[in-house]
Amino acid sequence: MITLNSKIPDGPLEEKWTKYKKEAKLVNPANKKKLDIIVVGTGISGAPAASSLGELGYNVKVFCYQDTPRRAHSVAAQGGINAAKNYKNDGDSVYRLFYDVIKGGDFRAREANVYRIAEVSNQIIDHFTAIGVPFAREYGGTLTTRSFGGVQVSRTFYSSGQTGQQVLLGAYSSLNRQIKAGTVTMFPRREMLDLVVIDGKARGIIVRNLITGEIERHSAHAVVLATGGYGTIYYLSTLAVNSNASAAWKAYKRGAAFANPSFVQIHPSSVPQMNEFQSKLTLMSESLRNDGRVWVPKVRGDKRPANEIPEEERDYYLERRYPAFGNLVPRDVASRAAKERCDAGYGVGPTGLAVNLDFRDAIKKQGKKAIEEKYGNLFEMYKDITGIDSYEEPMRIYPAGHYTMGGLWVDYELMTTITGLFAIGEANFSDHGANRLGASSLMQGAGDGYFILPYTISNYLAPEIKVPRIKTDTPEFQEAEERAVERINRLLSVKGKQTATDFHKKLGKIMWDHCGMTRNEAGLTQALNLIRELREEFWKDLAVPGSADELNQELEKAGRVADFLELAELMVIDALNRRESCGAHFREESQTADHEAQRNDDEFAYVAVWEYNNDQPPVLHREELKFEFVELKQRSYK
Amino acid sequence: MKLKLKIWKQKNAAAKGRFETYDLDGVAPEMSFVEMLALLNQTLIQQGREPVAFDHDCHEGICGSCGMYINGYPHGPVKGLTTCLLSMRHFKDGETIVIEPWRAKPFPVVKDLIVDRSALDKIQVAGGFISVSAGAAPEANALPVRKHNSDLAFDSAVCIGCGACVAACKNASAMLFVSAKISQYALLPQGRPEAKERVRAMIAEMDKQGFGSCSNTGACESQCPKQIKLFNIARLNREYYKAL
Repeated sequence: MITLNSKIPDGPLEEKWTKYKKEAKLVNPANKKKLDIIVVGTGISGAPAASSLGELGYNVKVFCYQDTPRRAHSVAAQGGINAAKNYKNDGDSVYRLFYDVIKGGDFRAREANVYRIAEVSNQIIDHFTAIGVPFAREYGGTLTTRSFGGVQVSRTFYSSGQTGQQVLLGAYSSLNRQIKAGTVTMFPRREMLDLVVIDGKARGIIVRNLITGEIERHSAHAVVLATGGYGTIYYLSTLAVNSNASAAWKAYKRGAAFANPSFVQIHPSSVPQMNEFQSKLTLMSESLRNDGRVWVPKVRGDKRPANEIPEEERDYYLERRYPAFGNLVPRDVASRAAKERCDAGYGVGPTGLAVNLDFRDAIKKQGKKAIEEKYGNLFEMYKDITGIDSYEEPMRIYPAGHYTMGGLWVDYELMTTITGLFAIGEANFSDHGANRLGASSLMQGAGDGYFILPYTISNYLAPEIKVPRIKTDTPEFQEAEERAVERINRLLSVKGKQTATDFHKKLGKIMWDHCGMTRNEAGLTQALNLIRELREEFWKDLAVPGSADELNQELEKAGRVADFLELAELMVIDALNRRESCGAHFREESQTADHEAQRNDDEFAYVAVWEYNNDQPPVLHREELKFEFVELKQRSYK
Repeated sequence: MKLKLKIWKQKNAAAKGRFETYDLDGVAPEMSFVEMLALLNQTLIQQGREPVAFDHDCHEGICGSCGMYINGYPHGPVKGLTTCLLSMRHFKDGETIVIEPWRAKPFPVVKDLIVDRSALDKIQVAGGFISVSAGAAPEANALPVRKHNSDLAFDSAVCIGCGACVAACKNASAMLFVSAKISQYALLPQGRPEAKERVRAMIAEMDKQGFGSCSNTGACESQCPKQIKLFNIARLNREYYKAL
């Protein structure tokens, strides 16, 4: 049985991280070379972690499933990265960034962690700028910022609508520098199949070489998972189609507890689904809501083209319902408001499952060129997909599964409940509570990787300097490898009729319908049964062509879907357990008179931490959230 | 729509490849090219046949995973699009589409339409970075950068590393790819301190990996899904001469 110790340093909020760093143990440079660290994932937390650990002199081994680390899905983040620089002189500060993230997360995140990420945010911008990330600038040569949802200051640094690409390629360049220096060894096209735990400590991983099919053993003194989120569980999501939960799930089954698995952000603006073959929902950055106004017709079922609907017949429902924040309400609020209008019959487009995002007024006021400069690539992408020119008529958008606030539980040191196993970036649960604010994911990922993990992992490794290189011929490695091979063989031997994609689509529908934007007791209970039935069907009727000893993309998919079928159940169990609404988790039973999320702080001001319990139901542990520095309030954006 | 697909099939790097012909029905014009291939694979698996291996991931034109010759054009006949964003609207019912992996000596075929593009990573490892470690950076606004230069640096930095430029070039030259990175750093003051070492190292690695020379035909620019401009190559040459 695990015990949770969040290891939050005592003292005033502003001094906790300083105090931690002051007291943390260090590793002598000569000893760092003798210590191996495995990093799984090369996105905006993994690549920074690997490069900065390499810069410190550790011996780092990095793994990704893509053919090159530069393709991790952080590359697709669009809008920007937050920092408390206060370059706009508009009243920003580390405290305000902290407060916005805590409030945006609907008071379900840990104060100390959030304050720390706000504290390191400025350093991230300095670092990315120094390594050549071309952030947008003013004519005077300084960096510029823009606004994002859920805040009233302008603190988001950006590179057009492809900030994720620019910061990820920056991180990739630092990684390359360390590969050249010999501190980092890169293992692309590897998929983690299991975690190896020896005497209670994470000591290695089992991976499959996706080209040859070979199973490999890799050992280290510590293992870092930077494997991202599990939004693809909905099948249709804004994520890259190969993004998956398998590494985190395998860690969970080895004893790393999973926190708040049901907290999933449904992003309000993606290109709506057009047909049943569609493989993904492309995101349209939240930054567009800076200049785009969201509306639906005032008359139900109005099928006229958007431009023919006169001003007085348009319902700018976000501006109407939330005058203080208008179109810049947080994502969860915007998503639910869109769903509410569409469910009530006011949706637009061929399916009625879409709302307008209109740039007419912004173009009139600022000129087409200004809009093009800010969002050019997004308008192009939208046109490529839909054939619609958004300079001329409104974009149509609809919510889609996007980011998972839930993830592996970690303490203040970013260590999971398995000693020596760390989780960073989206793979952990720690900073966004029940809803993430826009442009905070790049901040958290990069902050974890560059400026937090290097300190905390050293504190862990300091007593490990006497431990020699971990051998891979131990019984624990043997057992983990056998388990991985056995699972592959099982997937190949079903020889049924339905592909992994067929099952993924079915699972996605169950999750979207019952554990998506809104949830209720009856729906969730039904979902539990549906998931269990689907899982049984999967293991009876799965079709995987080919063999294990070759490049086999269907086998890869099947393994990921098998894990999703298990994780889905945990998400539903967690959503059932939390009989309150908070942030993105909206339980229909718990809403205010005007249909806003109604928290229940007396009963649910805790992180739900689930421990794997073999074939028995998972065990719930509660990490009580103590708010010493902020006052819990009903979140209001009116 | 109905299509006839002629697709390169090759079991692995060592095996000999061949074209295989498939008939595919039920293609909708709003599908993307990779969704069309996914439909083909779904059909093949249901028939007990082997699916076609191809790289794809983000489906929004930014990760650079996808890439194949479509009717002889890298990423297909439409300018400025990756394969994953290429919509089937651009093809006609009954059309025959020829699909091949990138053909370039430094990109050996791994399987079917998948090639090994690690040579591009090796060029980046050789020098595609600014040597500032975490913790060493000055205040971001301490170094003003002319907006014009910063914008140009960004235009070069949008390269997704898909390899279409190499595939489009009759010499399999990687000059557009290398010049994009060199330009990004050459245009920024942060990149100047090690500009000479960088360009020498990256060019040397490019040659070592077996990429051909540039003969200024501009095929790379015309096929680049991110529309990276040929003048980057001029800048690369200038930077290289300055570094000799």
